Amino acid sequence: MRPILDRLRSGDILVGDGAMGTLLFQRGLQPGECPESVNLTSRHVLEEIAALYLDAGADIVQTNTFGGSPLKLAHYGLAEQVEQINSVAVARVRAAVGHRAYVSGSCGPSGEMLEPYGSVSEVTLAKAFDTQLSALIGAGVDLVCVETMTDLREAMLAVRASKSILPTIPVMATMTFDKIPKGYYTIMGASIGRAVEGLAAAGADIIGSNCGNGIDIMIEIAREIRQVSARPVVIQANAGLPRPTRDGIEYPESPAYFAEKTAELIEAGVSIIGGCCGTTPAHIRAIREAVDSRVRAAH
Amino acid sequence: MEILEEISRQLQLGDDERVHELTRQAIDQGIDPATILNDGLVCGMNVVGEAFRTHEIFLPDVLMAAKAMYAGMDQLKPLFVKGEIPTRGTIIIGTVQGDLHDLGKNLVGIMLKGVGYDVIDLGKDVAPEAFVEAAVRENASIIGMSALLTTTMPAMKKVVDLLRGQNLQGRIRTIVGGAPITKAFAEQIGADAYAFDAAKSVERVKALLGA
Repeated sequence: MRPILDRLRSGDILVGDGAMGTLLFQRGLQPGECPESVNLTSRHVLEEIAALYLDAGADIVQTNTFGGSPLKLAHYGLAEQVEQINSVAVARVRAAVGHRAYVSGSCGPSGEMLEPYGSVSEVTLAKAFDTQLSALIGAGVDLVCVETMTDLREAMLAVRASKSILPTIPVMATMTFDKIPKGYYTIMGASIGRAVEGLAAAGADIIGSNCGNGIDIMIEIAREIRQVSARPVVIQANAGLPRPTRDGIEYPESPAYFAEKTAELIEAGVSIIGGCCGTTPAHIRAIREAVDSRVRAAH
Repeated sequence: MEILEEISRQLQLGDDERVHELTRQAIDQGIDPATILNDGLVCGMNVVGEAFRTHEIFLPDVLMAAKAMYAGMDQLKPLFVKGEIPTRGTIIIGTVQGDLHDLGKNLVGIMLKGVGYDVIDLGKDVAPEAFVEAAVRENASIIGMSALLTTTMPAMKKVVDLLRGQNLQGRIRTIVGGAPITKAFAEQIGADAYAFDAAKSVERVKALLGA
């Protein structure tokens, strides 16, 4: 497998995977349970989900480690198992995809706020990221994905932690932006311009956005990121914003809609297109087909 | 009074040490604690809430202002004899069962305290029964529930149903909010109100309590 950054440099468009949580719930995870506890109790589920996304055409498959920070695992009394939870997740995805897809180590927010507005010091947070990322990188991920971040300082700590563990590890970093009258900002106040600048300074190789928005707004966000960033752009949109149904919740944007919008994301200069909350293997298959037909048209 | 304006101003800047000092000075000057609370701290927090609502400021500024507010409140609390703390009503808040996301809920707590309500925060992953028990025990008028995960939203309905089952609806009202929550969802489960964000939650509480 060619290194992912080489492929991006040569202009390839890669397809990411879709939501993890939804598929875990379909396979028995109960509300209130720690999603990462599956890594200890039902490892076969990890392989099954990774295989579904690989089969749908994903070039990058993520580990079930979004909440794998020791700070977050501590809420479930699982802080001691942080290494096992993260390394098992990598091994199971690798077992399912081999080297047919890149294994991406997911690293979400710690759930804690940094000082002075919160109570956690940068040192404590950096150490927590180092623990989780050392396990992910040590278990052999092809890249790290720092995602769903709203605090730029926290995101930068995670990126820096990855690079200090292994300077050559490719790092993808994505933040969640809200549209407000003066532009796109995270709830913690980072504009797209500041986010891109900070993430690049911390060493992120691929910069973009995930979660919080459906695919239409993500196209606008992608254009703005492209304007200020020279690095490959990644977009992983939600399947719209959830709406209630008679017996629960549904996400409104269909795989067909994602397929239609994929062309616009490519035109906006996006190099990696995947999904976030509410997206399924069907969405990923739709993105795959849209990417492939575009590549065929270009030849 | 000048010092109260200064308390409000320093609170808006998030300077907890200055707010602590100034509140002490105001107390020493003999200003009525309720006046310090309302015309200093609450007044400043209202400005912060409005600035957040209109996106002039972001979450870190609100959290810093809240720290400053608590620094002032800590000075005032001992001066209020039990039961005399001027309160506009008691509100129970919490993140519903199965959900550990408490950022939005904390913000709601800050805003409601900031405008003078007595807020009892049950924390996160709160069982439906715990919401109802706390509301009854504390004689609360409102239960505010937050959820970030779509999978935990049904827990909100359980609380509404429990209140119905115990004939408490109407006496104890419910407000729901959080990223995946919509007005339609609130209506569907029979909640009394939906709050889009923390600032809206204050409006909803005021509307429900008629004050």
